[in-house]
Amino acid sequence: METLGPEAWQAVRLSLKVAFWATLAAMPLGIAVAYLLARVRFPGRGLLNGLVHLPLILPPVVTGYLLLLGFGRQGPIGAALHELFGITLAFRWTGAALAAGIMAFPLLVRAIRLAIEAVDPKLEEAAATLGASRMRVFATVTLPLILPGVIAGAILAFAKAMGEFGATITFVSNIPGETQTIPSAIYAFLQVPGGEGAAMTLVVISLAIAMAALFLSEWLARRVAARVAGR
Amino acid sequence: MTLSVDVRKRQGAFQLDVAFEAPDGVTALFGRSGSGKTSLVNAVAGLAAPDNGRVAVQGETLFDARAGHSVPVHARRIGYVFQEARLFPHLDVRRNLLYGRRARGLSGEGALDHVAELLGIAPLLARRPGALSGGEAQRVAIGRALLSEPRLLLMDEPLAALDAPRKNEILPYLERLRAETGLPILYVSHNLSEVARLATHIVVLEEGRVLKSGSAEALLSDPSLVHVMGLREAGAVLTAEVAGHEADGLTELRISGGRLYLPRIDAAEGARLRVRILAQDVIVATERPENISALNVLPATVRAIRRGEGPGVIAQLQVGEDAILARITQRSAETLALSEGTACFAVMKSVAVSPTDVSQGLRREA
Repeated sequence: METLGPEAWQAVRLSLKVAFWATLAAMPLGIAVAYLLARVRFPGRGLLNGLVHLPLILPPVVTGYLLLLGFGRQGPIGAALHELFGITLAFRWTGAALAAGIMAFPLLVRAIRLAIEAVDPKLEEAAATLGASRMRVFATVTLPLILPGVIAGAILAFAKAMGEFGATITFVSNIPGETQTIPSAIYAFLQVPGGEGAAMTLVVISLAIAMAALFLSEWLARRVAARVAGR
Repeated sequence: MTLSVDVRKRQGAFQLDVAFEAPDGVTALFGRSGSGKTSLVNAVAGLAAPDNGRVAVQGETLFDARAGHSVPVHARRIGYVFQEARLFPHLDVRRNLLYGRRARGLSGEGALDHVAELLGIAPLLARRPGALSGGEAQRVAIGRALLSEPRLLLMDEPLAALDAPRKNEILPYLERLRAETGLPILYVSHNLSEVARLATHIVVLEEGRVLKSGSAEALLSDPSLVHVMGLREAGAVLTAEVAGHEADGLTELRISGGRLYLPRIDAAEGARLRVRILAQDVIVATERPENISALNVLPATVRAIRRGEGPGVIAQLQVGEDAILARITQRSAETLALSEGTACFAVMKSVAVSPTDVSQGLRREA
């Protein structure tokens, strides 16, 4: 196995940055959507649920292409963002983060939603009778109880974002130093003769990150159960 | 009136249609399961909205369907003790107790110490809810509700999930609560012995409607309610004062109709008590019985005789200013020619009265 070349290092660093921002930005929306799906009955709930899970089922290349249509320089949202805020997403690392965030969103929402559903709504009722408003109930009862679940979801989302390939390469291409994440770099190494060694190193790094993320999130999910039981 | 309720709510085939007013003190909502008790307290708390009607506490309207007015749960200042303690599992006992004070922006420690002492939970403050017994958890839940400084406390079968020893562990604390805080309480129960011990006022619910409402003394001695109370459970309460403790282990009580001897009661001389006398423990005689082991023979007058479907009748007897119930056979009632106005004697064994049927900590009537 070769030692890591500067190009491979760049890919690892970029992947970490993309995954970090993707997870962080998806978190508040993920918690809000998970709460809606778990606790509120409203028309269009099934539709929202479907929409959230769509990236899980859709071919990633389709998600990437739709992002390109919507958020590209010529796309309606992309053009508006560029004109109003000077923000460009296409072919930038921020675009890679958007693609990664959307692909990781279903995993995030799923984990948080399961944690919320494990919280007895009777506790939230009790908190309300003690004088806590809905926001306060969420902040002081629901959120602390689901925290391990939120962290578990974040870890899964982070790992997924690290490894996102199809939507990323379609939306922001494969530019070393800007949008070339670990999977894109592996793909690029495999396209050139003698690149297998560098590719294998990145494969091992990916495997290690994914396994660590799965174990950690499993462990945290078990902590949720213990916490809700008051142990 | 402390609480005024007039609500209607349809739930599938069940129709709740209830109107009553509750004065200060402990008002028991009594009825079999399925009579609508929990729906009713949830409507008062604001956890479930009635289809129409009105709820007011101490003159403030909390719910008025016609005006489209409903104060949200957290702004009602109504404490709620549920059947299960519902303690917050991620907070220790101290922080559970202070939860409502923080939510309402009230300062804490002095009140916390007082309530912890009142309920005997001071040694538990650092524990987690998972490390509490059922009885301890329920006392913490009561303390948590009290500390949120409600103007009314709802208790929905707070002892139903506990076994008998745990119940008897908590009941004295509830009596202290009644005596020391003066907080109006709406107490839901289908257990007559709890109701007889705690209630100053009773609302009897049957199939979503108020069957009768009135003072505990009047309703518990009402022969027409015996079918709801249950034949074996029915029994009136006598208000008594401890006259003295005797060397042979008996306690002498003064009641309006004479004297009552019961197995030793742990209360100071002069303390006011309420004693529940089960209808099936009372024997009726038309002449004063001599040479009988029962110690309590009280002169009485028959006020009413009520026949049921079985071989038994319920006699309501006037003893001094109080009324008690006696469950006897129809044959005995005919043999003794009992009817309204018959002078007789009510005979009660001392040992028939269980210590759990003696209620302490009554406030002196104003």
